[in-house]
Amino acid sequence: MTLVQNFPFFCIILSMFSAIISFLLSGRWAKVVHVAMLIAVFVMSLMTLNVTARSGLSYTYMMGHYPAPWGNEIKIGPIESLMATSFASIMLLSVMGGAWHIKKDIDEKRLNLYFIQLDLMMASLLALIYTNDLFTAYVFIEICTISACGLIMARRTGRVYVSAIRYMVMSLIGSGLFLIGLSLLYAITGQLLMEPARTGLMLDIIKGAYLIPVSVIMILLTVGLGIKSGLYPFHTWIPDAYGYATPASSAILSSLVSKGYIFLLIKLVLRVLPYETAPGRQMDNVLFVFGVTGMMIGSIDAIRERNVRRMISYSSVAQIGYIYMGLGLATDAGITASLFHVISHGLMKSLLFISAAGLIDSSKGRLDRNGLQGAGFRNLVAGIGFTVGSLSMIGMPLLSGFVSKFMFAEAATQAATVKMIIAWIALAISTVLNAVYFMRMVLVIYTPDDSKKTEAGKEGGADFFMEKAATITLSALIIVLGTMSPLVIGILNNGLDKLG
Amino acid sequence: MSRKNPDYEGSKWQHFAQWTKGEYDPQKGKLETHPPVKSKKSGTDIKGYLRKMWNENKDLYEEKQEKELSLFEKIYFFVAILLGVFITILLLVTVSHLPRFGDANAPENNEVARRYIEKGLEETGAVNIVACMILDYRAFDTFGESCVLFVAATCVLMLLKSDGKEKKDTESEYVTRRSEILRPAARILVPVIIIFGIYVILNGHLSPGGGFSGGAIIGAGLILYLTAFGFERAGRFLSEKNIRIITVLSLTFYCFAKSYSFYTGANHLESIITPGTPGALLSAGLIVYLNICVGIVVACTMYSFYVAFRRGSF
Repeated sequence: MTLVQNFPFFCIILSMFSAIISFLLSGRWAKVVHVAMLIAVFVMSLMTLNVTARSGLSYTYMMGHYPAPWGNEIKIGPIESLMATSFASIMLLSVMGGAWHIKKDIDEKRLNLYFIQLDLMMASLLALIYTNDLFTAYVFIEICTISACGLIMARRTGRVYVSAIRYMVMSLIGSGLFLIGLSLLYAITGQLLMEPARTGLMLDIIKGAYLIPVSVIMILLTVGLGIKSGLYPFHTWIPDAYGYATPASSAILSSLVSKGYIFLLIKLVLRVLPYETAPGRQMDNVLFVFGVTGMMIGSIDAIRERNVRRMISYSSVAQIGYIYMGLGLATDAGITASLFHVISHGLMKSLLFISAAGLIDSSKGRLDRNGLQGAGFRNLVAGIGFTVGSLSMIGMPLLSGFVSKFMFAEAATQAATVKMIIAWIALAISTVLNAVYFMRMVLVIYTPDDSKKTEAGKEGGADFFMEKAATITLSALIIVLGTMSPLVIGILNNGLDKLG
Repeated sequence: MSRKNPDYEGSKWQHFAQWTKGEYDPQKGKLETHPPVKSKKSGTDIKGYLRKMWNENKDLYEEKQEKELSLFEKIYFFVAILLGVFITILLLVTVSHLPRFGDANAPENNEVARRYIEKGLEETGAVNIVACMILDYRAFDTFGESCVLFVAATCVLMLLKSDGKEKKDTESEYVTRRSEILRPAARILVPVIIIFGIYVILNGHLSPGGGFSGGAIIGAGLILYLTAFGFERAGRFLSEKNIRIITVLSLTFYCFAKSYSFYTGANHLESIITPGTPGALLSAGLIVYLNICVGIVVACTMYSFYVAFRRGSF
């Protein structure tokens, strides 16, 4: 086993260790440790990606001296390392972009605790990406849930408590359903490792034994992760949770946390749950319907919303609808499109949250449309970032959002006819709805506003510079992902059968 | 002839007679805790503020909306009950289709469980199969579990940690004064409880128990000590700084020890950790040390939860 093959394990342990050590450090040093950890994780994941994408193979890594069904195990393939790389870079950019707000919103004494939550969030996301064991997945889902609550309520003002409680209740229902599903799965297969569990389930289906538990397991695992990632009927916690937390938290929650659960669900669909059997196809249809409904309802809610941050949050509901629609198409192309959209939406959403925060700051903290009038002139970088993010959301060519929409449309051609037509119509309507609220916002921020000509002089020095740098980098990444998409799509296509 | 006691008013019998009638309480004024007196400096007129808000936002709470809201609440209530009943029935039906409890042919009695039972002692050196499973075979999960406790503790601290703006002198108000049952009882019980907890932790690889249960016992002992003797005495050793340091040290040890074991295991290198003599106190490789680490983390988490919820700071 070469040194590079150890890197995913190093990434997980490093992020957990930086969380532990941050408990003794001051807020400033905790931040330094966090950023250093993220850079290290990013570099190591990139090197793993290089190796796995070149060889096109996946390998398992034994956590300890005992082979898999007895000990723990992680499995590393091209897609997993691609996800780890993109998650680490998005988290780094979100923390950099939100640095000024983190300093303002969280007081000095609690700063190191905030970075502990971020460190453990990264650890749990990495573990969710790499794990090949269902119970390990559950343990890290717990860490992810608790640290997400911490990230939401770190601001400690007004509505964040309510939103944290709502998030916690919904998220714990999701965890509970997942755990029940897991126990049932263990009861009928006796396995917690992913591939043997699949074998056990398939054997049960062939023998015709335990048919009801198999269906219930599929429902519970899918719905549990669906609730946690904000699938349409369970999306009510999203606008509160994303709309009031500090911008870095909002960006991380919307672009990474829900995506971690979605990635785990995709792995379950490919590796564990018998989705190609009759009950599985029903689940696909349900996911498809919920995804399409979410695309519509999320966009309509976003149009009705006046608060710009809640508007962006509702747009997350719609975008998660896209991902589930891709899953529900039940084709390889659909899953590839969903995986691409996970990365693309992560970049877009963190860019939108961070640039929206910049715009709000330059408008004396006003969140509504009237207050934001002319904000694009007051804060040029944030204005450009918001425009790029919005155009990408709508699906402008050359930007990553266009590529993912194109991939969804292309994937729909391979699906059943009814699904194809519904998916196309949904994509068209959703694009128009996206355009309505995002273009309206862009027009508002570029409408000259005579009354307030004052440039927002923000006292922040290095942090303010970081915010600008992060906005520009995220915009550049969206353009790069949009123009050089064949590279990423190639990795996804080659790695898909290794993921399953 | 009965002699009258001239000091009957203040005598013990008089007090006893009054006590039986319920007129006199010897412990009165000695046992109660006194909640901190609310400072009247912050003279915000909450009722007036509410009234003002109500008058200003009257148009928000129109009657029609209220009707809609109550209708929504009724429907919500009904649907919630329906959903709860449905899920309960669904899960009960599912459970009835599962293999019978204790069935020898059940799917979970497969090669996975068999190896734990048959080779656990030989491979890990731990007599307690549960300990060898959670701390050796599946130690990564348990490291995750300790991190769950850690993240929960930091989360609660972040929420409840006092800002330092509140006055510090409220401490004496929270402490039970001269509690005549609690203190003597605690003086006897606390050492016993803590020693029992240490026993449970140290024998975790030999008998039922281990880090999680032993840590919970020690944590309960520490909380009892704090309740009986107050923050000042408990804080001499269990200060915030000390708790931080020992939590970090034990988690760091866990992290490094298991990283070494994972790294050597995955790369098929020779490990210096050996199972030792089964049954001895210092056997079973890392398990005994990991149990100690987990125990410390659990005890510190419980104690800091209690402190955070009671006062907000150490």
